[in-house]
Amino acid sequence: MFSLKETKRSALISLWFMFLTFPVLVIKVDAIEQTVYWRWENMLYIGLGSFILSIFGKIFFERQKSRRERQIAEKIEKHSLIQRALRDPKYLYPLGAAFFLFAVTYPYLFSTYQINVMTTALMYVVLGLGLNIVVGVAGLLDLGYVAFYLVGAYSYGLLNMHFGLGFWTVLPIGALLAALLGILLGFPVLRLRGDYLAIVTLAFGEIIRLIMENWNDFSQGPSGISNIPRPGLLGFDLTLDQAITYLYYLMIVMVLVTIFVVNRLQNSRLGRAWVALREDEIACQAMGIDKTKTKLTAFALGATWAGMVGVIFAAKTTFINPASFTFLESAIILAIVVLGGMGSILGVILGAVILILLPEYLRALSDYRMLAFGAIMVSMMVFRPQGLISNVRRHYHYRPKKEQQK
Amino acid sequence: MDYFVELFFSGLTRGSIYALIALGYTMVYGIIGLINFAHGEIYMIGAFTSFIVATVLSIYGFPLLAIVVLAGFAAIIWSSAYGYTVEKLAYKPLRHAPRLSPLISAIGMSIFLQNYILLAQTSDFLAFPELIPDLDFMEPYAHVVGTTDLVILATTAISMLALTLLIKFTRIGKAMRATSQDRTMAMLVGINVDRVISMTFIIGSALAAIGGMLIASHIGQINFMIGFIAGIKAFTAAVLGGIGSIPGAVLGGFVLGLTESFATGYVSSDYEDVFAFGLLVLILLFKPSGLLGKADIQKV
Amino acid sequence: MTAPILQVKNLGMSFGGIRALDELDLEVNSGEIVALIGPNGAGKTTFFNCVTGIYQPTQGDVMLNPPSRSSIRLNNLKPNQVAEKGMARTFQNIRLFQNMTVLENVMIGRHCRTKSFILGAILRNKATREEEYQTIEKSYHILQKMGLEKQANDLASNLSYGAQRRLEIGRALATEPFLLLLDEPAAGMNPQETAELIELINKLQQEGQSILLIEHDMKLVMELSHRIYVMDYGRRIAVGTPEQIRNNPVVIKAYLGEAADA
Repeated sequence: MFSLKETKRSALISLWFMFLTFPVLVIKVDAIEQTVYWRWENMLYIGLGSFILSIFGKIFFERQKSRRERQIAEKIEKHSLIQRALRDPKYLYPLGAAFFLFAVTYPYLFSTYQINVMTTALMYVVLGLGLNIVVGVAGLLDLGYVAFYLVGAYSYGLLNMHFGLGFWTVLPIGALLAALLGILLGFPVLRLRGDYLAIVTLAFGEIIRLIMENWNDFSQGPSGISNIPRPGLLGFDLTLDQAITYLYYLMIVMVLVTIFVVNRLQNSRLGRAWVALREDEIACQAMGIDKTKTKLTAFALGATWAGMVGVIFAAKTTFINPASFTFLESAIILAIVVLGGMGSILGVILGAVILILLPEYLRALSDYRMLAFGAIMVSMMVFRPQGLISNVRRHYHYRPKKEQQK
Repeated sequence: MDYFVELFFSGLTRGSIYALIALGYTMVYGIIGLINFAHGEIYMIGAFTSFIVATVLSIYGFPLLAIVVLAGFAAIIWSSAYGYTVEKLAYKPLRHAPRLSPLISAIGMSIFLQNYILLAQTSDFLAFPELIPDLDFMEPYAHVVGTTDLVILATTAISMLALTLLIKFTRIGKAMRATSQDRTMAMLVGINVDRVISMTFIIGSALAAIGGMLIASHIGQINFMIGFIAGIKAFTAAVLGGIGSIPGAVLGGFVLGLTESFATGYVSSDYEDVFAFGLLVLILLFKPSGLLGKADIQKV
Repeated sequence: MTAPILQVKNLGMSFGGIRALDELDLEVNSGEIVALIGPNGAGKTTFFNCVTGIYQPTQGDVMLNPPSRSSIRLNNLKPNQVAEKGMARTFQNIRLFQNMTVLENVMIGRHCRTKSFILGAILRNKATREEEYQTIEKSYHILQKMGLEKQANDLASNLSYGAQRRLEIGRALATEPFLLLLDEPAAGMNPQETAELIELINKLQQEGQSILLIEHDMKLVMELSHRIYVMDYGRRIAVGTPEQIRNNPVVIKAYLGEAADA
């Protein structure tokens, strides 16, 4: 099925990549020992790898093209199996129940370490869902999302250190502070065009981190804040294992609440306005939607979740410092949203699970984790911009109310 | 007074590097309207390539002049090749996608390239060989301006001149100007827009490579993360000058370099990066068209 | 006689020294269909943009006189406030929310007439549910009027061209405007679709809807309009009934150039 021409093309591509990667992948120098290592085997891997990938890429493109043409010709909206299953209560309820059962029994089945890992993954689920409101639904590319996460974490760290406030008191405070910062930042920033908005939010995120790093009197600088207490349970003393399990259940509840709230927000007057704003700002305004106010709510709501997870993060690790809140953290959360499918709740959950759990369990892969994140972001945009699970618009049906005709 | 002059020259040196990188941002933005987030990484790859080539050659005992020339050429060639490939892989397929898609792709590319260098080479700081010896006649001024500063300024000036000539007088330069004004129209009059875009990436990457090599030999060490901060700062310079405007990028680079130099010299060096980020935010908020850019009218 | 519902006086707009609109006066009376015509580049769409707040005019007044309410000056209002005050528009190059369903597009139009916010969305209390029901009900009725109810849950991008134009009108109607602005509603339509459009606009007018439209299709303009304004080079060059405009030498000259005089 593959012509000579295609093979030749792939061979040329692989040659190009062998040339391209030659200096950095093949040569490694040790300036102190004055030796040069020639790693020719790497060139071979690259050659083979890029040859195979270019063939697959070509096939994928052809298939996607023909499928798209078919879809346009038949004018149908194709829903994947998962989406149809979710639409149908017959599948949705048993599936949901199975998942719930698994989540509840998880701590009894696995080790403390596994519980900890899962808690982290759940935190990223919530962060992803929060950023999803901003990026996925409202279409505002926020590259400084981690700033709100930082605010939550530091609220708990600092308020606890200075005033001895407990986890449950700070949780709403952290959320509120993050939301306030969201509004404060959002006000000037949100009138900017999409790509400028992205850069400005990135700059804000970095500024806040750098301030935390340098303002020693306030934040204890790079050495951070340690000995942050774990959340308490009605005054009981918990052992470390119990505390971890408790935090896990807390995150499960948090995830459920987040899904519930985000789902309701998306299917509301406000949620529709967000999507419309993403689609066409000018038309949106001409239809009477207040651009600034609508964007600001999305921004602030997204920040609220980051703030809450920040508090939980501080409580989970008991130690925070600015190094946990770099731009890469924002990029990871963004990768989750992009991989899962912008605007799709289930997609984001899946994205977080894949990106956080997979490198955790495939130890060999964990070195390549960030490399893969980058590659995923590029290839998702190129091959499947709608994400793993694309968001499907809700169908509304009008049923005249009979009882109202009195 | 000496301190002032020293800060002034160090500002000019920084500014030249920012300007060299900023040109890549501004040219790409002018032509396809994309913030090429991976551009800082191209600069970093330029620094690494010149580091590797220079070290290998010096181990094999090449004379200094040959090392400098060959390392410089290698940096330019490979950086351009990376710039070209990045465009073909990550941006070209997205030319008709919503505006944010190529930006996300660019961020992904940036993360990918950083970690690619990290895995292929090392995460440690590497000592960059001293490529530019101190010249004798500079001796009396060495306390305020070093030889490398002078070399950087001169190289930057030559590169800018070459770029200006290229854009003003060559066929490809004319095609680039036409494409940046109206891509569809350029296509209709028979300009190969894909080639113009590729050329833009190649030229921008070559300039970044020069910047990468110069700054690496100036500072004396490199690391896979240097592209991120340098990229943001150069982008700040591009926006400051008015993104899309080539003289603007140069002006922005120098303004930013001098501001940073004086701010860290007279105020505080703790917040060095905060100044640049703060400046970026302020410009985008209050004068997004920059010093030399044109404000755009929204068409409905 | 009551005051005209839209009163534009001495409107001017310049872009960096170029005058796109010059001392323009225009009035629309309640229940009237008024057309704004003129050669390409005469400034018709700029006029719409100035009136609806997308551009801020550099001089003049735009007054809206809603029936049984005091008049409102629209200058310096944002587009969304203009829509809220009761003037809605369509766009020359269709600007639907392509990835939302047809019904949702119309529901967006209801946004400025509904209130529920964050808490309402999360709690979904009785008031919110009632409001949501009414949004769906009203939007659905509008779709019926536009003849689009069968495609209610299709994506807007899957509609035919003519249907997309009608959906844009429907979306604007959902904001309950007392003046509807249509920017070249028949552009790109085939004769069949244009005929349907004329019928639709006529129906709206009979229900009392006031309409101001820009159009190049002279058949539509002559058939529908009560009065016609003619623009050229940002100025008003004529105003009158279709009959008067048809025979106005200035208008003929503007459209056909000097040669027509000979």
